[in-house]
Amino acid sequence: MTGQAEFHAALLDPERPVPPGLIDPARRPAGRRFDVYRNNVAVSLTKALEQGFPLLRDLLGTEFFQAMAGVFLRAHPPQSRMLMFYGAEMPAFLTGFPPVAHLPYLADVARLELALRESYHAADAAPLAHSDLADLSAEEFMAARFGLSPALRLIRSDWPVHGIWSAHARGTPAPSARRPEDVVILRPGLDPAPHLLPAGGAAFITALAAGATVAEALEAAGPLPDLSGLLSILIGGGALTALTRE
Amino acid sequence: MSQHVKTLAVAGALAAALSATVTPATAQDANEKCFGVSLAGQNDCAAGPGTSCAGTSTVDYQGNAWKLVPTGTCATMELPDGRMGSLEALDRDLPQG
Amino acid sequence: MFDEAPLRHLPAMPGVGYKPQHFAAILQDPAPVGWLEIHAENYMGDGGRPLAQLRHLAERFPLSVHGVGLSIGGEGRLDPDHLARLKRLCDWLKPASFSEHLAWSTHEGAFLNDLLPLPYTARTLDRVAGHIDEVQDTLGRRMLLENPSTYLAFAETEMDEIDFLTEIARRTGCGLLLDVNNVHVSCTNQGWDTDAYIDRFPLHLVGEVHLGGHDVDADDHGAPLLIDSHGAEVADPVWRLYARSIARGGALPTLIEWDNDVPDWPTLAAEAARAAAIMGAVMAGGRA
Repeated sequence: MTGQAEFHAALLDPERPVPPGLIDPARRPAGRRFDVYRNNVAVSLTKALEQGFPLLRDLLGTEFFQAMAGVFLRAHPPQSRMLMFYGAEMPAFLTGFPPVAHLPYLADVARLELALRESYHAADAAPLAHSDLADLSAEEFMAARFGLSPALRLIRSDWPVHGIWSAHARGTPAPSARRPEDVVILRPGLDPAPHLLPAGGAAFITALAAGATVAEALEAAGPLPDLSGLLSILIGGGALTALTRE
Repeated sequence: MSQHVKTLAVAGALAAALSATVTPATAQDANEKCFGVSLAGQNDCAAGPGTSCAGTSTVDYQGNAWKLVPTGTCATMELPDGRMGSLEALDRDLPQG
Repeated sequence: MFDEAPLRHLPAMPGVGYKPQHFAAILQDPAPVGWLEIHAENYMGDGGRPLAQLRHLAERFPLSVHGVGLSIGGEGRLDPDHLARLKRLCDWLKPASFSEHLAWSTHEGAFLNDLLPLPYTARTLDRVAGHIDEVQDTLGRRMLLENPSTYLAFAETEMDEIDFLTEIARRTGCGLLLDVNNVHVSCTNQGWDTDAYIDRFPLHLVGEVHLGGHDVDADDHGAPLLIDSHGAEVADPVWRLYARSIARGGALPTLIEWDNDVPDWPTLAAEAARAAAIMGAVMAGGRA
C-alpha cells in the first residue's frame, strides 16, 4: 500500500526514491511518471510565488528567484488552499536565507508585496463622504474616533521600500536616497496602492487604529510637520470609513 | 502652542486636505487594472509542463551547490555612497516622537 | 437524498473557465458562451475586485463553482474551515452547479496545489464516499465528481475507474463531471481504450463535460505520457471523443478550460463555438 504520507514526502524531496507500489501500465516502477507530480507541485507553487512577489523576482533576477522558490516551497508549502495568500513566511525566510544576507531590505519588500495582496482581497467598506468631515467643528474633529478601511495596511521599514517599489513601477533607477520609510497601502475602490507617509504618519495611523481620538493620535505621533499631507493621503485613499463623535 | 491654537492648526490641515482630495468613488469599476495583484496566486486545476526538471532537482544552499547570485535590478541599484546592490548600514532616522 | 435533485441546472451549451483578464470582453460579447465556471478558491477572499466581478457576472450568466482544493480523496478529514468558506461562497452565489475532483491535494495541513491520484480500492471508496456525503450535507446540494487525469497507477488498485466512480455516485447520490480531455490523457497514460471508456461511462449521471488542452511527453520507456496542462487548444482526438459522448448522452453543458498561457477572448470564444457546432451537428443527427 502506498500511503499519502509517503507520496507527499517523496513529492517534496527529489532525493527520495519513488514510493514502491506506484507503477506504469506494464506494472513496472512508475519512474519519471512520478516526476510529473513532483513538477506540478514545484512549478505551480513557484509560479504562484513569482506572481505574488513580482518586485522581489525583478530585484533578484528570475533564475535566482526560481531557485530560491524551490527552497522556500519545500520549507513552507502552503498552509492555506487559497494560493492568493501564499508566501506569508517569505519575509522571515529571506532574513534567514544566507545567499541574500547582504540584501537586508528584501524582507520588507516582501512585506510590502504581501500587504498589497491582502489589501486587494480585503473586505469592502465605503469611505466617509467629504461632507461628513467638512461638517465637523475643529473641536469635534479633535475628539472624533475613526474606523479605518479593512484594506489599509501599514509597513514600517528601516529601508526605502517605497522608493524601491515606485522605481520598479516606473522603471526608473532605485532608490534615490538611503532612508527609512513608512508606507501605508490604501484601496480607494478596488486598486490598492502604496503611499509614502510623512514623519509621524505611521504612529498617527497606529493610534487611530487602536481607537484613539484625533487629539490622542496627534499626541502619540509627536510633531507632524505635514499633517495636511497625511490627511490628504488618508482621505483621498478612502482610509476613513466610520466616524464616532464624542 | 496653546491647545486652542493647535486645534485651529489641525482644523486648517483638515480643510486643506479636503480641498485637495475628492471622496473616493464607491461606484466601483470592476474592470481589471492592476493585473500584477489580481492574477497573483490563482488556483486552477491544470498541470505543469510535464517532466521538466523543476520538480526533480533542488539546489542545496547549505552545501556548496548554491552558486547563484542575484542578477536582477538589485545588482544595479545605485546608492548615494556609490556602493552597488546593498543598502547596508543605514541609521534609522526615526520620526521624532 | 441528493440523487433525487435534478442533475443539470447549467444550460446544455458551451461555457468557459472564467479568467479576470476577460471580464470586459465577456460582458461586451459573450458570443456562444452561455455560462461561466469559476474556481472556488479564487473567490474566498473578503471583498475587492474578485467578488465585485462575480456580482456582475452572476447577474448575466449561470455560474458553475468548481473546487480545486477540497482534497476529497485525502486520508485526513476534510478541512472544516475550507468547507465553511465553500458553503459561504455557495450560499451567497447560489451557483447552478458545484463540482470537485476525485483526487487529493492536502496532507497534514500542507496544500500541494496539484490533483494527486488515488488507488481504486474498497477502502478509498469508503473514504471518498464519506467525504462527499459530508460536502453534500454541508452545502445542502448535490455535487458533481470529476474523473481525474492520471500519470501512474497503484499496484494495490482493485477496481476499474468507471466502476469506482459509478459506485461512489450510487452510494452518495452525487453526479459526475466527465472531463473528456482527462479521459484521453488517462487512457493514453494507462493503456486503456478511449472509445470503450466513453461507451461504458454512466452518461446519465453526467451533469457537465470538460474539454481542455494537453501536452505530450514520454515516460522512461519512450511511451507517450500526456500531461493535463490546459495550455492549448483542445486536441483533435479529444473533439472526436467529445462527439462520441454527445452522440451517446445527448447535449450537455460543456466547458472549455484554458488555465496556462491564457489566450485572448476571441480565441477562447472560438473554442466554445467549436463545441457548440459539434453539439449542434451531433444532435441534428450527423456525427461531427
